Amino acid sequence: MSDWKMVTLIGEDRPGIVARVTDCLYQNGCALGEASMMRLGGNFTIMMMVAGEGELKDVLSPVAEDLQLRVHVDDISGGLHQHCVPNIQVRVMGADRPGIVAKVTGALAEAGFNILELESDVAGTEESPVYIMNIQGYAEGTIEDIQQAVDGLGEEGMDIGISPIHTLIG
Amino acid sequence: MSILDILTIPDERLKQVSEPVETFDDELHSFISDLEETRQAGPGAVGIAAPQVGRFQRIVIVDCSQTRKPIPNHGHLVLVNPEILQWDGFELGREGCLSVPDYTGNVIRAERIKLVARDPAGECHEYEMEGFEARAVQHEVDHLDGLLFLDRVVSRRADLFQRKVYKKGKTKS
Repeated sequence: MSDWKMVTLIGEDRPGIVARVTDCLYQNGCALGEASMMRLGGNFTIMMMVAGEGELKDVLSPVAEDLQLRVHVDDISGGLHQHCVPNIQVRVMGADRPGIVAKVTGALAEAGFNILELESDVAGTEESPVYIMNIQGYAEGTIEDIQQAVDGLGEEGMDIGISPIHTLIG
Repeated sequence: MSILDILTIPDERLKQVSEPVETFDDELHSFISDLEETRQAGPGAVGIAAPQVGRFQRIVIVDCSQTRKPIPNHGHLVLVNPEILQWDGFELGREGCLSVPDYTGNVIRAERIKLVARDPAGECHEYEMEGFEARAVQHEVDHLDGLLFLDRVVSRRADLFQRKVYKKGKTKS
């Protein structure tokens, strides 16, 4: 285990959640590491690395109660400066239906593709929703290997684009 | 030849605007050799700008000839007093920087550029570039104006809406 804990907070979105939560941690001597915060379906979600003394759940409970946030704290191994830079990007679009994510990520996993980040959204209208997914990840194999892995899925009406990510260092 | 120290964030000097080169002499050439050696010592760096090593003159080196998969490029380029004359299209791409250790982010750059620059002898040349090489030059020229890619990072989520139609370069900027 490291000094870091992974803290998850979820609640109905409203202005000030981040400010209140992080101020509470700051006032209690905690440090923040990497974080991902986002509004999903009207909820605000926070996942962040926090280091500090004491029970974080207790530290956060006044704010959480006030803003009606659910809090979850996990001990984690690992820490900062362990980034993995993605080398392949996958974009998927298709008429929304069950199984898109499972099929695409299943094919990618089989090809040895490690997902580093996945974001998805539903666009279109209530009547004809369109599922859009953007994945960035890392694979040792070639771009052709990954392309081949998802080739069959195109026939199922999914528009899948695979492109390399060449990170420019300058 | 020697490897020079690279300024890293949050060094305020990285925000300094660099001055044009006026004298093309042996001292300049020896500095350019050191800058090149420093670039090659950086892990996987395709470019470097003079201000990154604390010399605030408008000099950059870009070399996209050694990428894992070949891409359009003009070989090893030393660009003195580079000036971008024209920007065309836009593209999202991931960037990192010798001056920003352990961080990468997505940046929007022009897909194609036209530029004019002097070589180490002071001769003027015009270039038309695209893709990765154009991105590298834009990244390095930013250094000359005291800008880092961090100043241009966009939300990763923005990429969701970067569909194919936008990639043909229909938009002129």
